[in-house]
Amino acid sequence: MLAALWDSPRLRAWAGQALLLFLFVGTLVWLAANTVENLAVRSIRVGFDFLARPANFPISESVVPYSPMDSFAWAYVVGIGNTLMISAMAILSATLLGLLVGLARRARHPMLSGVAGVFVTAVRNTPLIVQLLFWYALVTTALPAPRNALHPLPYIYLSQRGLYLPGIDWSGNGWGFAAGTAGILVAAAMLARRLRRQGRTAPALPAVGAAAAVLALAWITGIGAAASLPELRGFNFSGGMRLSPEFAALMVGLVLYTSVFIGEIIRGGIDAVGRGQWEAGRALGLSERQTLMRIVMPQALRVIIPPLTTQYLSTVKNSTLALAVGFPELGLVIGTVINQTGQALESIAILLAVYLTIGAAVSLLMNWCNARTALVTR
Amino acid sequence: MSWPLGEFPIMTMTTAIPAAAADGPPKRRRTPILQILFGDLLAAGLTVMTGALVLALLPALRWGVLDAVWSTADPGRCGAGGACWAFVAAKIRFILFGVYPADEQWRPLAVIGLVLAMVLVSLPPRHWGRRLLTGWAVAIGAMLALMWGGFAGLPFVSTANWGGLPVTLLLAILSLGLGFPVAVTLALGRRSRVPVPRFLSVLVIETIRGMPLVGLLFISSIMMPLLLPAGWSVDKLGRTLAALTIFAAAYLAEVIRGGLQGVPGGQMEAARALGIPVWKAVWHVVLPQAIQKVIPPLTNTAIVMVKNTSLVLIVGVFDMLSAARTAASDPVWPAPYAESYLFVGAVYFLICFAISLYARWLEGRVQEKDLR
Amino acid sequence: MTTSATAPAATSPAILIEAVDKWYGTFQVLDQVSLTVATGERIVVCGPSGSGKSTLIRCINRLEEHQAGRIAVNGVELTDSVRNIDAVRRGVGMVFQHFNLFPHLSILDNCALPQMLARGTPRREAEDRAMQLLRRVRIAEQAAKFPGQLSGGQQQRVAIARALCMEPQVMLFDEPTSALDPEMVKEVLETMVSLAEDGMTMIVVTHEMGFARRVADRVVFMDTGRIVECAGPDEFFDSPRHERTRSFLHQILH
Repeated sequence: MLAALWDSPRLRAWAGQALLLFLFVGTLVWLAANTVENLAVRSIRVGFDFLARPANFPISESVVPYSPMDSFAWAYVVGIGNTLMISAMAILSATLLGLLVGLARRARHPMLSGVAGVFVTAVRNTPLIVQLLFWYALVTTALPAPRNALHPLPYIYLSQRGLYLPGIDWSGNGWGFAAGTAGILVAAAMLARRLRRQGRTAPALPAVGAAAAVLALAWITGIGAAASLPELRGFNFSGGMRLSPEFAALMVGLVLYTSVFIGEIIRGGIDAVGRGQWEAGRALGLSERQTLMRIVMPQALRVIIPPLTTQYLSTVKNSTLALAVGFPELGLVIGTVINQTGQALESIAILLAVYLTIGAAVSLLMNWCNARTALVTR
Repeated sequence: MSWPLGEFPIMTMTTAIPAAAADGPPKRRRTPILQILFGDLLAAGLTVMTGALVLALLPALRWGVLDAVWSTADPGRCGAGGACWAFVAAKIRFILFGVYPADEQWRPLAVIGLVLAMVLVSLPPRHWGRRLLTGWAVAIGAMLALMWGGFAGLPFVSTANWGGLPVTLLLAILSLGLGFPVAVTLALGRRSRVPVPRFLSVLVIETIRGMPLVGLLFISSIMMPLLLPAGWSVDKLGRTLAALTIFAAAYLAEVIRGGLQGVPGGQMEAARALGIPVWKAVWHVVLPQAIQKVIPPLTNTAIVMVKNTSLVLIVGVFDMLSAARTAASDPVWPAPYAESYLFVGAVYFLICFAISLYARWLEGRVQEKDLR
Repeated sequence: MTTSATAPAATSPAILIEAVDKWYGTFQVLDQVSLTVATGERIVVCGPSGSGKSTLIRCINRLEEHQAGRIAVNGVELTDSVRNIDAVRRGVGMVFQHFNLFPHLSILDNCALPQMLARGTPRREAEDRAMQLLRRVRIAEQAAKFPGQLSGGQQQRVAIARALCMEPQVMLFDEPTSALDPEMVKEVLETMVSLAEDGMTMIVVTHEMGFARRVADRVVFMDTGRIVECAGPDEFFDSPRHERTRSFLHQILH
């Protein structure tokens, strides 16, 4: 009887699954118990209440305002903001450059495709972190001191301390203005859509309305702008907009590295469109370029989007390497917080949550893109 | 029913477009190079643009070759607008072997030689098999023993003093080698018909793949001492290896899953009809075919993992990149960071480019076989 | 409604199928199928595509599970037991439409490895037996090659040899010649004829009516999951009783 039971494949499957689940949960419980004990021995308190305490460490640059008096929670927000900013900028520039690289690799022009080939091979076969460190070393050692800064155009200075550009100084309630403007634009877009759906052709109305509302808002918030120009004072520049060497090295390295992979994805997508399509285009008397842009590219897009999504995600993840050159993105902020507070468990949980959320968001966005191109081309 | 050739409708259409008829001679002459480069406005523009790009790199050539200092014992002679390759020559032992005791550095050198020899033996596919696998296991054991020492008169060297290229190579090989069986298990789990292994595999694979490797390295270096019972200590190198292994496993698992999907269902059916037990069929029939199908993407993952070993610098493991950075910070020399990183980059390039050439060769061979 | 096909009284039937039902979702593929095959008997099963003939023989070695009724092979009933299934499968050889040779193994290993895996036969013994059977299907000289290097007909003969290596008491053929070029059909059919002449119990799903007339003891005609007609070849081809059989034969022979 027992033997017969043991021979039942269904029972075996259930027993196996139960055992597996038990082992998995058991391991987790064991690890958790160890952690609790170890934390008790080291008398480390677990909890997120440290987030409200002042961070007391500087962050060299950020898209959102920050001072060491701000809380740890705000420091994390600053890190996330920086991560999102460099990821977005790197993805945007790398996509443009990657498109050029992909087309250059595919070009009939031997010199162009040769140079592109060498570039791709060299960049793809060396680690990103080595490239970032190299660019950082180049920026900080090869460029002159501020006193002898390169001065290619008026009000643009390039030195070891970074790149100085003319900027704009904002005064008044900037945050209120930005939030209000965003709201007005969204409302205008929704209104325009609604009008279009009702079949009315009055596209100017929402646009004019939005412009007027933004102007009114500017007046209410007392927003003002003044040009700010960099000038040399003592050993450094003041005024203007500064791009730090860390940021410059990071952007150059990340964009070059990513563009190579995007270029290969685009080339693969173009190659994946059958020769028959090129031949059909030629047979219809279209030029090579017309065939590429009007016939092949739209089809290649469908092949390109899934691997491009993966590449965008890995670019977001690669941006953590910024900590090697000292740019304060989320990874570096978390490393600093762990050093300062010892709240490793909580910090790593935040890191995990942020990256898994970004990953899910990008996947959703690209799925939506994918659905759209699929519809358009069908 | 049958058209006389000249009256076939399509033929009349082609004659209607003279341009198409003009550029289709049966055998194409080789276009002269000048015509390719300057044949039309676009081509000429591209030529000028590419030329300008190459010319813009000339200062780099001057820095790296013409003005460079190739060999000197005097650090003071470096730093006059040229690269300081003399620095790399002077510090090569430190970059390659780190702080491994100087008198014992023949041991890491022997490890590098052993890796090279094993790789050469493994290149021809006809050598692949159980014996080669055993060979690798023995060789890796020998490498680790050689690095550690503590037997037969070899002084013991703790992993804290390991460094440079052997660490890079060992991390790459071990993470791939140890990650592979885990990856196979995860891939099979994800393809399982019953829900529990499928769910657990997806959970593990997607969590790891969703995380940056830096995060995983943080977790292993900071969390592992907390997660394990007091008294179980894993050294820094071991913790790093654990992170790299699980990372490699998650990525390899997705590659292997692709291979499993490519094996036709008839294979498993035939094995079952012959009375072969399920697990033996998976091992001897399905897996070998699945892995054969994904050898090109597997080599690609190998390249990615070789490059990824450089990230261990972030958690303070003394690999080749860390060694180079430390070497460059020697105040005697004029901060030759760029040169150090170029050298390290060149070593990585050699390894990764060789793997990619090998992968291309393998792929060509497979296609030849398919054509036959 | 259903015609029950019962064999002439035999001491121990090689295969016993009794009132078997099977559904794919809500679609019924087998409807009250009953068939008894005596040891040494040769059965040819034919019928239009989707009639359930492949499903029927795939149920005999439990590549598919039936949901009602009984199937017994050599006196062992197919129940929900791992041990039973392995015992039955070892006694039943199967040849597939698409050969399903293992492409990563040589011809010799294709025949030798399953013996080693399923029965623990030592390699030497397994290879001897494999060579013996490869000689029997007249393909021994190709033993070192790989399946991809052989023609379809040669591959199918290897597949037959591979199944025979397991010393089955019953052989199932699932449209063994349907995927072959016409000029290769003959060599495979000849192999099957010689197997039949040696007294192997066989169930063959095929549209080769010449083979059926020459070899079969009984021909079974299936349609929409039921056995419509079951008779000796002369009676089946010369005076089919059912209208459905007649129209099928008309389509396939003319």
